[in-house]
Amino acid sequence: MFDALQERLGAVFGRLTDRGALKESDVAEALREVRVALLEADVSLSVVKDFIARVQEKAVGEEVLRSVTPGQMVIKVVHDHLVEMLGAESVGLNLRANPPVPILIVGLQGSGKTTTAAKIAMRLQERDKKKVYLASLDVYRPAAQEQLRVLGEQAGVPTLPIIAGQMPIDIARRAMQAAKLQGFDIVVLDTAGRLHVDGALMNEVAAIRDAVTPSETLLVADALTGQDAVNVAGEFHKHIGLTGIALTRIDGDGRGGAALSMRAVTGCPIKLLGTGEKLDALEDFHPSRIASRILGMGDIVSLVEKAQETIDADDAARLEKKFLKGQFDLNDMAAQFRQMRRMGGMSGLMALLPGVAKAKKQIAESQLDDRLLRRQEAIIGSMTAKERLDIRVLNGSRRRRIAGGAGVEIQDVNRLLKQYKQISTMMKKVGKLGKKGKGLSPESLRNLIPPQQFPQ
Amino acid sequence: MAEAAKRTWLGRLRQGLSRSADSLSQGITGIFSGRKLDDATLEELEDLLVSADMGVDAARRIVSSIASRRIDGNAAADIRRLLAEDIEAILSPVAIALEIDPARAPFVVLVVGVNGTGKTTTIGKLAHLFISQGLSVSIAAADTFRAAAIDQLKVWGERAGADVFAKDVGADPAGLAFDAWAAAKANKKDVLLIDTAGRLQNKTGLMAELEKIVRVIRKQDSTAPHSVILVLDATTGQNVHSQVELFRQACDVSGLIMTKLDGTARGGVLVAVAERFGLPIHAVGVGEQMGDLRHFDAGAFARALVGAEEPESA
Ligand SMILES: Nc1nc2c(ncn2[C@@H]2O[C@H](COP(=O)(O)OP(=O)(O)OP(=O)(O)O)[C@@H](O)[C@H]2O)c(=O)[nH]1
Ligand SMILES: Nc1nc2c(ncn2[C@@H]2O[C@H](COP(=O)(O)OP(=O)(O)O)[C@@H](O)[C@H]2O)c(=O)[nH]1
Ligand SMILES: [Mg+2]
Ligand SMILES: [Mg+2]
Repeated sequence: MFDALQERLGAVFGRLTDRGALKESDVAEALREVRVALLEADVSLSVVKDFIARVQEKAVGEEVLRSVTPGQMVIKVVHDHLVEMLGAESVGLNLRANPPVPILIVGLQGSGKTTTAAKIAMRLQERDKKKVYLASLDVYRPAAQEQLRVLGEQAGVPTLPIIAGQMPIDIARRAMQAAKLQGFDIVVLDTAGRLHVDGALMNEVAAIRDAVTPSETLLVADALTGQDAVNVAGEFHKHIGLTGIALTRIDGDGRGGAALSMRAVTGCPIKLLGTGEKLDALEDFHPSRIASRILGMGDIVSLVEKAQETIDADDAARLEKKFLKGQFDLNDMAAQFRQMRRMGGMSGLMALLPGVAKAKKQIAESQLDDRLLRRQEAIIGSMTAKERLDIRVLNGSRRRRIAGGAGVEIQDVNRLLKQYKQISTMMKKVGKLGKKGKGLSPESLRNLIPPQQFPQ
Repeated sequence: MAEAAKRTWLGRLRQGLSRSADSLSQGITGIFSGRKLDDATLEELEDLLVSADMGVDAARRIVSSIASRRIDGNAAADIRRLLAEDIEAILSPVAIALEIDPARAPFVVLVVGVNGTGKTTTIGKLAHLFISQGLSVSIAAADTFRAAAIDQLKVWGERAGADVFAKDVGADPAGLAFDAWAAAKANKKDVLLIDTAGRLQNKTGLMAELEKIVRVIRKQDSTAPHSVILVLDATTGQNVHSQVELFRQACDVSGLIMTKLDGTARGGVLVAVAERFGLPIHAVGVGEQMGDLRHFDAGAFARALVGAEEPESA
């Protein structure tokens, strides 16, 4: 389904690429596909409608930059608006209050509250050096308090002793009292899962909020949530006033549209992402990462942006001239490696390109990353100027010397030289592209990565 | 009593629906009165289905089949009834209760699914159901991973009156299932329910662990597991497709149960899943209590999905 979607969008954007300007009808056509993409990514319908209307407005007015194709321009507007709506920057937890600072965790049944409570506690204790206390107010789900006790143990965070039969609001008061006496900085209060339409339980949690006045009230929601996301987040926000959202199961293969829905309907920042069952699997929210995921295609725009940032224009021009003449030497190759590294290494670069999930996995598996790029640079760095300009002088003993200098095996040197030969062939192709006056496009950049570096 | 419970459930479903689909329903009512099905109307219908998590493709298919038909009478109500009928026709063939074959004792039911969907609770409910039918039930606590999962299951075992076979945290789930089968056999249990740890379907290592549980159980009884139930959360959106596909690949899912239909989520993805996989839908979960399990009523589900009135006779 995911791939079909990419293709569909790809087809529309492909058509747009060949046209001169960004016309209203083009935008409308592209946005029809974006609408479907968003719905299939589980963005709630009302939010999708609003989104499309606003993007339409923006995109049609927008002038197409000279260096970008109309299709890329639409993607960029869609993406930028997505990021804007998701909240351009990541927002941390607000802990500015008199200690002990309560953090209240709320959400539907099974969304990941207890796990997230323990993750937050562990992070604040380990990373922020806070004295953290955990308490479970879940008296409904069997063994829920025991679950938090065990997780607290795993996290090395103390938990409030369990008193059987005590009501949630009393547990909350007792937790705050105990924390005050024992000098804790932060108290993370885990609550029972509840439906947003369960009046009695929503009142209960509102009463808890009133009793402890939390400085953070976090809605923990499943990233796999569907259309109901607006109802859930909307109702929780209406009843108890949220300050942030934590999305769990980001490690799944869902597209995460709920992030946009919940953000749009509450206006609350998404503060944290749960990326696994283990307690250290907690990350800060990065809008553009989620935006790319929701959109379901590699982030071409940011590739272009990054390329523009990192590739010095003069340098590129000089290189292009050399490609055209077939004069690509090892100095240029070292420069390429440096550039790739600055662009986030190969996996970083590949992550930006659509349709390379498989290659990405292979890269991850082969650990072809930064370290490899640095090693390649080191090998070239151990050569003399003359060697770099003409590899034909590199006999066995020179290669041995270079290997020694770079701290690698002689096979590594040989492999690099082989790659160099293949890359220079590749470069000539890019050179031809350059000749057509297109400059360094994403496609030509993709060609810079020699295919033999992906294990077959 | 069952009738009353059923009405409550339907009532709750519709109540939830009226909360969440209010604006849409009103939109449709406004549009249909005294008018033909124009493009805008069809789009409204598609929107109604999409917002019930049916997915764009399935929603379009269903709406386009309506588009070609003639509608008379009170358009607003009739169109929804028609929609509901079409959806019911898709779901009826898969509304199949879970039958326990006493000849196969212990009849092995493996319960699988993503984290937090309601597997353990559903096992508690199933145990209660089977015991009320006069069957003896044992439960294997093969979720040896999640904190306090074993304690949680033991509480359910007590509530339902079922034996719980458990080992220590971290024990090998396949080995546990193997031994639980032997114990159930020795104790002449009719049913063995196996609870498993929640897992995301894209984690190949964890899916392989499920495969292993199945393999090992088959060493005890080559016909087991006799049922593999995938528990789905109604709140989940289009990811359900991937869940069904990948769990089916790993462990031959034989039926589905959808939980949390007591909320406002309407579980429309089940319609697309029924079309695509044709897997039986055994039951739905409508609450956290032991009795909150209902047989899957295709007609009621379909009507709740589109906000249609219940027929007078029901
Ligand atoms: N409202 C509602 N809540 C449910 C339903 N079924 C289960 N729950 C709740 O959902 C939460 C998770 O249920 P569990 O049975 O522990 O789910 P699980 O799939 O075993 O979870 P893990 O073992 O953690 O993967 C609990 O709080 C249950 O009470 C249902 O039909 N309706
Ligand atoms: N894969 C994954 N599982 C998670 C994540 N967060 C929670 N879980 C799992 O989801 C299930 C329900 O979590 P729990 O914290 O008990 O949810 P609660 O009912 O909301 O308190 C458990 O099996 C957790 O291990 C996450 O980010 N990724
Ligand atoms: Mg919990
Ligand atoms: Mg469980």
